[in-house]
Amino acid sequence: MNLTLKVWRQQDTKSAGKFVTYKVQGVTPDMSFLEMLDLLNENLQTQGEAPVAFDHDCREGICGMCGFLINGVAHGGHRGTTVCQLSMRFFKDGDSLTLEPWRAKAFPVLRDLAVDRSAFDRIIQAGGFITVPTGVAPDARAILVPKEDADRAMDAAACIGCGACVAACPNAAAMLFTAAKITHLNSLPQGQPQRYERTADMVEAMSKELFGSCTNHGECEAVCPKKIPIEFIGRMNRDLIHATLIRRGE
Amino acid sequence: MVDSKIPPGSIEDKWERARFEMKLVNPANRRKHTIIIVGSGLAGASAAASFGQQGYNVHCFCFQDSPRRAHSIAAQGGINAAKNYRNDGDSIHRLFYDTVKGGDFRSREANVFRLAQISVNIIDQCVAQGVPFAREYGGLLDTRSFGGVQVSRTFYARGQTGQQLLLGAYQALEEQIAAGSVKMHTRNEMLDLVLVNGRARGIVTRDLLTGAIESFAADVVILATGGYGNVFYLSTNAKGCNTTAIWRAHRRGAYFGNPCFTQIHPTCIPVSNENQSKLTLMSESLRNDGRVWVPKKKGDTRPATQIPEDERDYYLERRYPSFGNLVPRDVASRAAKEVCDEGRGVGPGGQGVYLDFADAIRRMGESVVREKYGNLFDMYEEITGENAYKVPMRIYPAVHYTMGGLWVDYQLMSTIPGLFVAGEANFSDHGANRLGASALMQGLADGYFILPYTIPNYIASNSLEKVDTSHPEFAAVKQDVNQRIAKLLAIQGKRTVDSFHKELGKLVWENCGMARSAEGLRTNLERIPALREEFWHNLKIIGTGAELNQSLEKAGRVADFLELAELMCLDALEREESCGGHFRVESQTPDGEALRDDERFSFVSAWEWKGEGDPWELHKEPLAFEYVHLAQRSYK
Repeated sequence: MNLTLKVWRQQDTKSAGKFVTYKVQGVTPDMSFLEMLDLLNENLQTQGEAPVAFDHDCREGICGMCGFLINGVAHGGHRGTTVCQLSMRFFKDGDSLTLEPWRAKAFPVLRDLAVDRSAFDRIIQAGGFITVPTGVAPDARAILVPKEDADRAMDAAACIGCGACVAACPNAAAMLFTAAKITHLNSLPQGQPQRYERTADMVEAMSKELFGSCTNHGECEAVCPKKIPIEFIGRMNRDLIHATLIRRGE
Repeated sequence: MVDSKIPPGSIEDKWERARFEMKLVNPANRRKHTIIIVGSGLAGASAAASFGQQGYNVHCFCFQDSPRRAHSIAAQGGINAAKNYRNDGDSIHRLFYDTVKGGDFRSREANVFRLAQISVNIIDQCVAQGVPFAREYGGLLDTRSFGGVQVSRTFYARGQTGQQLLLGAYQALEEQIAAGSVKMHTRNEMLDLVLVNGRARGIVTRDLLTGAIESFAADVVILATGGYGNVFYLSTNAKGCNTTAIWRAHRRGAYFGNPCFTQIHPTCIPVSNENQSKLTLMSESLRNDGRVWVPKKKGDTRPATQIPEDERDYYLERRYPSFGNLVPRDVASRAAKEVCDEGRGVGPGGQGVYLDFADAIRRMGESVVREKYGNLFDMYEEITGENAYKVPMRIYPAVHYTMGGLWVDYQLMSTIPGLFVAGEANFSDHGANRLGASALMQGLADGYFILPYTIPNYIASNSLEKVDTSHPEFAAVKQDVNQRIAKLLAIQGKRTVDSFHKELGKLVWENCGMARSAEGLRTNLERIPALREEFWHNLKIIGTGAELNQSLEKAGRVADFLELAELMCLDALEREESCGGHFRVESQTPDGEALRDDERFSFVSAWEWKGEGDPWELHKEPLAFEYVHLAQRSYK
């Protein structure tokens, strides 16, 4: 099939960007979306034009490095799928697609479709861990975790940190990302000692990074490639209230 | 001669004794010592976090935008540990035995025993970090059995064990970054190693955003940069995985161990199109409940569900009745290739076999199967458009892991003093074939529990002169790196990097893949240098070196793959035996199984780079088996 792509081209963070239109021919339904872009890039290079820069690595939906908007929808809008696993069989011959990078103040564009998501790492640095120096751990069997809690922790820990939730949110909030890590760690007995410190610190770090706040649109959940439920934001907020009261008391 | 520096004493005591004999660094002095770690996967991130906690001055580098992206994240199945929580006869000795045997007697006994000992600590560490391992209703850890073993010793977090273990190490690393003990350099690629007076004292990197070439000095350099499976172009590795760091170190004097030992994983989604950019693994854990079969008739094109039971050949169960579908990876992969070569393969091009869950669904119910493998079935459907609850999956072997890597001694130090190598990047522990759920174990053993002893010992045992990046060696290496980049950009030929990479991958897959012959290898030894010659005269890269230029990044990596591929074929040609993942067609039993030649090949090959245009020199580290009796493997 043949497609028309309107792609955001931007040399670097400081330069202005613009949409450039390209035709891609000979796309087959068993290609992935990124393989279709590989094809475009091969053609561009052969013609002496710079290829479209985009982040990607594992191409199996787990590293979280890929992601951009296709016709305004993060990862292309096929539920539970990153753009690297999005199959071309979901598109039709003659389709016209607009590709642009995540749009958020906290995620500056680096080049074309690649953005800087280091703000996510800084949120984790604020408290997204359980402090256990290497070698001091008790026997693994000494810590019992009810299956329900372990399953919820795993549901939350499935987050791949791609940033789609931020890109989809009208406020560019990082609530789903932050809530997922907080829910993972706060659901486990091992996470209890640092539970409220963690929650308060991570939420504070999130606000410092120019992310907006949550007004319950639910767009984040709709585009999340790992189907992280918005319910976790409610859990985070409950812990946040508790944490705030503790901090006031101090 | 290479010296593995295996400590004396009985195998149970070696590590204990070595740890006691190692020298320590005074806590007050640790801050004065800089440790460079390249790579942020399981081995790199766990080492960086551990050294940060201990108080060293740590610099960690990764080419991705965050350390959390490293490809350890994609490991699905699980991690082995000799906990014997199931009371099913497991022990450190059994894990050791299984790993030595599974590696087809081409690994070092002492290393493998240490790995089995440490395996139990790893699970403790990860649970304490909050890794959400699967649990039973009583709250205890669940385990399962995994490719090639008969005990249930594999701990798992759904089908995302690698992700969860990596995030555990990543979180510990981020905590240290926040504390200021680790400086993280993301979107930075190591392009060369700097030696001063024969010791590794730093690296030269390229900032992938600005193109700036920078250098960093240290007392010790650790490479934890993963494997080189992408030499095949199509593999289950992430697109960015490359050999550059270890290859550049090899050219500076680090011997390369067993380069031809690559693992072809039996359960991947078959290749479907010409433009395919990578292969996707379906976790081997699927073989616990799925049954592998092909039609008995050649060229049977009926849909799987319409082929009656008595016209199906469950060839693994037939040929290997005691292990059945759980035979080790190398055995399962070769068997799949054989039935497809016979013309009984299924799917487009006949390059596939069925992995059928119909019996498991009948036995356990769909919801239990969904609970165990749901995300894998979802992933399969995303890619192929087929529902594996209704029709069998189609699978085919694909390149997955490289057992070869830089040669290291018992301390994980390469032949360059001060250069340590961890995880998949080194050659140790897995011999000629890696068992399932052992890669995560090895990466974390190296990073959490081995390097934190051996590196302080190195620092404390050597009086390292103060070196910073003003030393002339740094300027010299920087100049080499700049010249190489300029050379790549100046070619201005006609072919893209990917076109060269694909052509190289096909050559290596055809003649140095699942089955190798002297003839095919000799062909490659002529064609690979010719392709390399063309690469350096006909490559086309758009843009400059002073910007984010993904084609330039790839070009540097492919240039190194073009050299490594030649060494792989040379190593494969030299080793005239079949062992593990290395199957030489000239060396097989009458019924087509791999035939080892222990008389002649019971050694590790350690190749020394002798300079551009000169032949490599082969050094041999003899392997002795005192505790596991040498025997031809049989899974029948």
